[in-house]
Amino acid sequence: MTQWKEQALSPDRRSLVVLGHGMVGHKFVTAALDRGLTAEYEITVLGEESRPAYDRVALSSVFAGSSAEDLSLLPDGHYPDPGVTLELRAQVTGIDRAARTVTLADGRVVAYDVLVLATGSYPFVPPVPGREAENCFVYRTIDDLDAIRAAAVDASAGAVIGGGLLGLEAANALLNLGLTTHVVEMAPRLMPLQVDDAGGAMLARHIRDLGVHVHLGATTEEIVADERGRVAQLKLKDAEPLDIGVLVFSAGIRPRDELARACGLEIGPRGGVVVDEDCRTSDPAIFAVGEVACAQGMVYGLVAPGYSMAETAATAIAGESRPFTGADLSTKLKLMGVDVASFGDAFATTPDALELTYADPITRVYKKLVVSADATRLLGGILVGDASAYLTLRPMAGSDIALPANPEDLILPPRSGSGGGIGPVALPDEATICSCENVSKGEIVGAVTSHGCTTIPDVKGCTKAGTGCGSCVPLLKTLLDHELTKLGVTVSKAICEHFAYSRAELFDIVRVTGARSFSDILASHGTGRGCDICKPAIASILASRYNEHVLEGERGKLQDTNDHLLANMQRNGTYSVVPRIPGGEITPEGLILIGEVAKEFGLYTKITGGQRIDLFGARAEQLPLIWQRLVDGGFESGHAYGKSLRTIKSCVGSTWCRYGVQDSVGMAIALELRYRGLRAPHKLKSAVSGCARECAEARGKDFGIIATEKGWNLYVGGNGGMTPKHAIELARDLDDETLIRYIDRFLMFYIRTADRLQRTAPWLEALDGGIEYLKAVIVEDSLGICADLEADMARHVATYADEWAATIADPEKLKRFVSFVNAPDVPDPTITFVDERGQIRPAGPGESGEPHIVAGPTLKVGAV
Amino acid sequence: MTTLDTHELTYTEVDTWVDVLPEAELSTEIGVPALVGNAPVAVFRTWDGELHAVSNLDPKTGASVIARGIVGTRGDVPTVASPLYKHVFDLRTGRCLDDDSLALARYQARVREGVIQVRAAG
Repeated sequence: MTQWKEQALSPDRRSLVVLGHGMVGHKFVTAALDRGLTAEYEITVLGEESRPAYDRVALSSVFAGSSAEDLSLLPDGHYPDPGVTLELRAQVTGIDRAARTVTLADGRVVAYDVLVLATGSYPFVPPVPGREAENCFVYRTIDDLDAIRAAAVDASAGAVIGGGLLGLEAANALLNLGLTTHVVEMAPRLMPLQVDDAGGAMLARHIRDLGVHVHLGATTEEIVADERGRVAQLKLKDAEPLDIGVLVFSAGIRPRDELARACGLEIGPRGGVVVDEDCRTSDPAIFAVGEVACAQGMVYGLVAPGYSMAETAATAIAGESRPFTGADLSTKLKLMGVDVASFGDAFATTPDALELTYADPITRVYKKLVVSADATRLLGGILVGDASAYLTLRPMAGSDIALPANPEDLILPPRSGSGGGIGPVALPDEATICSCENVSKGEIVGAVTSHGCTTIPDVKGCTKAGTGCGSCVPLLKTLLDHELTKLGVTVSKAICEHFAYSRAELFDIVRVTGARSFSDILASHGTGRGCDICKPAIASILASRYNEHVLEGERGKLQDTNDHLLANMQRNGTYSVVPRIPGGEITPEGLILIGEVAKEFGLYTKITGGQRIDLFGARAEQLPLIWQRLVDGGFESGHAYGKSLRTIKSCVGSTWCRYGVQDSVGMAIALELRYRGLRAPHKLKSAVSGCARECAEARGKDFGIIATEKGWNLYVGGNGGMTPKHAIELARDLDDETLIRYIDRFLMFYIRTADRLQRTAPWLEALDGGIEYLKAVIVEDSLGICADLEADMARHVATYADEWAATIADPEKLKRFVSFVNAPDVPDPTITFVDERGQIRPAGPGESGEPHIVAGPTLKVGAV
Repeated sequence: MTTLDTHELTYTEVDTWVDVLPEAELSTEIGVPALVGNAPVAVFRTWDGELHAVSNLDPKTGASVIARGIVGTRGDVPTVASPLYKHVFDLRTGRCLDDDSLALARYQARVREGVIQVRAAG
């Protein structure tokens, strides 16, 4: 029956079988789809793991909280084209080249016309006696990581055999699991394939700083198990044995070429299926790609060459040619927070090559350039500790670009007055910009000049550059901006069509000119009438500067949704009301009042993420009545609306907690009262923890404070919204006054310079010089603006007034809080609710909700 | 007592003009919500003095919120941005400038004896 259906679909469709669904197998399928191969072939992919392909390069992020789904390259588990069938848990046991079939472990036989081997490699486990002990692992799959994590629970120390790239990743994983961590490397240096002795020594200093015990030139003699058969000790030649409970092998890879050997395909001298430039094996019906292939005598253990081979094989099967003639082995990575890069002829194997080196043991930076004998061409290099020059240096290596007269400028720290370096703009068209997708500079320039790309997403879509690891995106941006400028397109920082200025520039215009109204600013610096982008942005700037009521006069028409009614609009057009509860501290009377108000108006109540109480489901016309009750009871607006300071969370602190070392509640209240109502480019949140246990989760905030025995540590730039970020330490051991002074400066500096809707985390990332620069500005006053920033904050604090109280006292402002101007007694009939868990929620499509009117249709609104 | 179930309302007021509010009370570029027949309508006056009336229902969500949107321009087009998901609509035609599949119903508006009126849909 099935056979008949397939026949009917495409009578002459041939069968293409792919063995292996790792990163390269997946890449092959997408390349085949790109080339329309499903028109001719029915594609069957046989994967051995229980999961579809996932990003093995990012495996370690599983320890940082990523899930298997996050890493998946095929989250749906199937390809969008019905011509591709993916079978998981399918183990292949044999290939019959004469019959053109593969046999599966369950006995099934699958016929192929074309076969693609993408079986990858397996981790090499050296033949050390005792290696079969329990809790000895390899570092290869998500399942391996799960097993390591489980074993680490009962262990206090672990070791990794192998100090290469993957070994250090594994060591970081053990460190993150809280183990005392050892790295055992047979070579005299770490990462022996990528860096030289001096680079390896610098890398080892960084890794030791992190608390990892590094054993170099060390040979493992025996693995000793305890009486339960679990690994207990690692015996080293000429060194003390290591007591460990977990062992990870990371001693290189071996191609999984056993199926190819068994069916008589040609195998390379050190393993791997021999392929030609089209990735075809010695059997023309069989291709091999990735780590199982031996191309030009090499087995490549990196993903970029594997991707390139996948493209080559798909192209060849489509009847064309895209020869694979070797790959760029350059690598740049951040290993345990340390930049390491290696590119081109890093070990100076070219005859007469010269080496220029720079080493700074204080900052722990090592840089080496390998240049031609006449010092005119760059051949390769190694960077440890600071790899920022990699993006511009790598494309120069092996290219025709002339080195500058003083090539040492390329690696020396910038000196004042020296231009230094060479920009990506000077690169030749052949230079590879994105090595993951193998995209040249010429293709990127072409995307702008011939295909009309004007944004980074355009360029990504057009060329695929920057869609792999993403490390080349800054370079793409530089090239894009340069080409656009050349085309006469102004690279615009303009926030919208009405203003040719960035938000930071508009802030300066307001600051310098003293302008106080949108109309004035539009008249002097803009065009047209404004829009939903520039109006709220300028309203926010004016509010940050002058702190006048946001609904007063002309400002009433500038406000974004939530500022419009001083409440937070929810999905059905009703609002939530959130009274301020500074630091989360509240009296029983306060709790009772909030409960009474909620009951009276029939509102849904919930404790928020920021230690306050949300009251949901208020209609526009009910807001002033609700506020009146709350204001009378001593509450004020909690600014749950608007881009403004929201909450300052606190743990219980030293007043009650047996561990607390400072009064975190008192500090949180003081800070929340100081910064309440402060409008900013994005909403701001904060927290204060009374000890290092961090119960308030302060490092997940825009600014967070953690108490120590010696004072307060200040962290900034956490939160990050959709891309979570931990806050970074700005200063430590501060007394109360200094803490507040630094926060004043930090907040006002952010408000002055951030883009519209830019949170503190991306703002900090975009700051040239990052946290060090910010420290210089905030702590050392390197720009000489701190007095000014503090004065700005002092003015904010002095001019604060409760917006709710001001609104209910002003009939003009109340006019907008109506259901209908011509029928104020009629509640909006589109607002209906249904019950859920004993409270109200908005009725969804198809639900016949009740118009839930507790306060009744006879509200006296607008007539106070 | 006004009936809230929209199904029970009849269209006896077809082709009639409904008073919304005194002209003097409509601020430029701040919308007001009005009930016209049984329909929620948002009424705006743009900077050039033009009156515009469109459905108050955000077509994406059905919530009655368009009058609370920010009024502005895109090129020469007078616009309002829905406060929910910021779709921008042409106030003259009701067409959404960001998504062709969305539009706001249009209503006629005029001033009679100092009162802004909107014509009920027929």
